[in-house]
Amino acid sequence: MLSCKQIGELLSQGLDRKLSLSERIKLKFHLIICKTCNCYDKQLQFVARSARRLMQPDKDNQGIPPLSDNASARISDTIKQQLDKEENKKE
Amino acid sequence: MSAASDPSTWVAQHGDALFRYALMKMRDESQAEDMVQETFLAALKARANFSGNSSEKTWLIGILKHKIIDHFRKHKREQSSDDIESLSEQLDQQFDHTGHWSIPMRAWQEPEQAHEDKEFWKVFSACIAHLPDHLADLFILREVKGLSSEEICKLLDISTTNNMWVMLSRARMRLRGCLDARWFNRDSGKQNRGER
Repeated sequence: MLSCKQIGELLSQGLDRKLSLSERIKLKFHLIICKTCNCYDKQLQFVARSARRLMQPDKDNQGIPPLSDNASARISDTIKQQLDKEENKKE
Repeated sequence: MSAASDPSTWVAQHGDALFRYALMKMRDESQAEDMVQETFLAALKARANFSGNSSEKTWLIGILKHKIIDHFRKHKREQSSDDIESLSEQLDQQFDHTGHWSIPMRAWQEPEQAHEDKEFWKVFSACIAHLPDHLADLFILREVKGLSSEEICKLLDISTTNNMWVMLSRARMRLRGCLDARWFNRDSGKQNRGER
């Protein structure tokens, strides 16, 4: 019988690799009788889901600040200089 | 087949999306800005090759991703990543000597609703930022698509994938605790501390 500590570890590893059949059986067994680990399982999965969502480049408005005006101006300038250089080479 | 748009409009069109993507992974504003600039400069050079098979934004994010991975490769953290012993100590505090939970585990009410709340994302980002650097790097790189476990271990100087799993488990456990204290059960925490 695995302890909650070992189960917690397995629950996390289940997000990173395919668990073996015997590991999955031990997990299932434990989760049936242990409310706390059940709760931990759900919260862990929520953390993983949230991370995936946060890292999606399309999710723009999630409290992460945009590029500052200063940086925008600086980077625009750099691009412009580079474009000018290209122009000059052509001539 | 479509060509890349006028580069002088790139910052206005894609600057924010690239910056947010970079910031999440670098966790440092000025480094993230540098990454965005480097991405645009690399894209300038390569724009003749842009095939239009993907959207321009996807193409730029792809370049940015490589820049970020390069950055991690060049600037490895000085401290070795797998300090498993101190990680185990932190873990031990969560369990009693028989391996049972020693911390209260309260259910989270309607967690999916939190995803619709801007404030939640601020808290979540802050929780990631509060992880020890090597755990935060690992947790974030794990979410970069297309990086294998072996590549991540190499980038972050982690000796075995087994150690990587142990570290990821610690990172998630901490994030869970952080979200619990700072979001889902923040009111009960305040009551316990006698605050209003």
